[in-house]
Amino acid sequence: MPGILVLVEGRKGELRDISFEMLNLANRIAKQEDLSVHALLLESEEKGFLDKLISLCNKIIKISAPSLRDYSPEPYIKAIISAVEAVSPDIIMIGHTSLGMDLGPALSEALSIPLITDCIDVRFKDNRLYASRQIYGGKIHSELLIKAHNKYIVTIRPGTFEPVYELGMSADIMEIQMPEWDVPAKRRFLEYIEERIDDIDINSADILVSIGRGIGKPENIPVVQRFADEIGALLSCSRPVADKGWLPKSRQVGTSGKIVKPKIYIALGISGAFQHQVGMKNSKTIIAVNKDPKAPIFNIAHYGVVADMFQVLPVLEEKLKKDA
Amino acid sequence: MNIVVCIKQVPDVTEADLKINKDGDDIVKDDLEMVINEWDNYAVEEAVRIKERHGGKIIVVTLGDEDSEDILRRALAMGADEAIRIDEEGFEGSDAKGISLALYHAIRDLDFDLILTGAQSSDVAWGQVGVLLAQMLNIPYATLAMGIEIREEKAVVKRELESNMFERVELSLPALITIQTGINEPRYVSIMGIRRVRRLKIEEKDMDDLEISQDSVGSSGSIIESKRVSFPLEGEGAEILTGSMDEICERLTQIIREKGGM
Repeated sequence: MPGILVLVEGRKGELRDISFEMLNLANRIAKQEDLSVHALLLESEEKGFLDKLISLCNKIIKISAPSLRDYSPEPYIKAIISAVEAVSPDIIMIGHTSLGMDLGPALSEALSIPLITDCIDVRFKDNRLYASRQIYGGKIHSELLIKAHNKYIVTIRPGTFEPVYELGMSADIMEIQMPEWDVPAKRRFLEYIEERIDDIDINSADILVSIGRGIGKPENIPVVQRFADEIGALLSCSRPVADKGWLPKSRQVGTSGKIVKPKIYIALGISGAFQHQVGMKNSKTIIAVNKDPKAPIFNIAHYGVVADMFQVLPVLEEKLKKDA
Repeated sequence: MNIVVCIKQVPDVTEADLKINKDGDDIVKDDLEMVINEWDNYAVEEAVRIKERHGGKIIVVTLGDEDSEDILRRALAMGADEAIRIDEEGFEGSDAKGISLALYHAIRDLDFDLILTGAQSSDVAWGQVGVLLAQMLNIPYATLAMGIEIREEKAVVKRELESNMFERVELSLPALITIQTGINEPRYVSIMGIRRVRRLKIEEKDMDDLEISQDSVGSSGSIIESKRVSFPLEGEGAEILTGSMDEICERLTQIIREKGGM
């Protein structure tokens, strides 16, 4: 039966949010085009995942094998190919996560199916696929029509769609045998590593003063640190600052860092790439200061100042000090 | 340890005021400064560090016009030994697969143990080229590397996952690794450094040299039928505070006191 095959993503015994976000999108497309939604579950043992998925799709395809316990592209591709042969989906949907970014292109090449990565929306009409993406660091929106093909693979940007946990459906369960193959794996999973955090916890702050590329050089950090101290805030940052080693990784807000929800998030010189937005968009009040009036951060901030942060800080610090 | 690094020139849009072209399918790039893709800069640095530890040579490859020789020279100044430029004529409008195909044809006969690419580019950000190239070459790969250790015939890669989580995977060599930003601190490249390598010859290849058929690349080989670009629709959007700096900061002070409970 044609439809949408959603690759459910789990790690260390937990289903990841992206799975429920994709199931929301997949059901929305399926309703419009009268398609089925198949959830593909690759795992090594029962973990109660079935219960969580049963009301969210028409069919759960389950493939179990020891080689599927921790993600690795070779066994995953073998397993997905058997699922694709079993249900012949029109669309294969994968998260644009560390897993999907690793798996997607290889799967596309192995199956000769076009791949559209990092989609923020997908529409499907008369077997034609339309996709929305962001390019140039989120500064430009792009609408694509993909050449007609009998199947498409899309990867979906995490945090774009609301997750769904209950849709009142009742899925059939289909088990497929993991195909055997005797070629030795050229890539082997070794272990997970969780970064030890010796630093302060930015999640504990009511106010975060966060710096981005606009800080310019590390010598400028003490000025902002002093301002943060003055108002009882902690200092955090976006990826470029942590990448350069100017602040420890434990201060990084975003997809690969921390998700924060302070009362006030003050973004200084942060353009607001989506990876950063995912980490802070649920802050109660967001104040953004940026020289670029088109910086994406202004789309999600509550208050914006188009100016150089170093002109704002001394005046603001003076006023806050006086008021205190 | 011979290493091939694939790099790309991209427009620097970080502080640019972007404009959309007449056809509405891309931005106007004429006035933008062209730079090495940020991820690729980390990849070149990582290659140089591996060479410093294990010896061997580094070949950098790009697909681009003559201007993109700048990033090849920059990579040579950082410590690469040879450079290849695939001329972009005939490849315009290629998708990730078209670009990978060009790289594949240029790289397949080279003597390499390791290929490094950026995990993605800052312009169109498909994030596909590295993995596609590995599949075409039929070698193992790992993406989003935040650390690489070479141990005899293997590479152990620390991959960045989400939420301060990483994994270690082992690849048998030859292998391809895509590099995440922050894996190292790329060295500074001085104008003197670039001058020193100006005499090094850059090998040029074109579509005929690579024996690639025109219809497998460019827009005819691309999966994209049509494309429209626009400025992102703003959500609610911020209330932009205006007035003198003093007035703006007065208002900010109120907001911070009120919302932060100071």
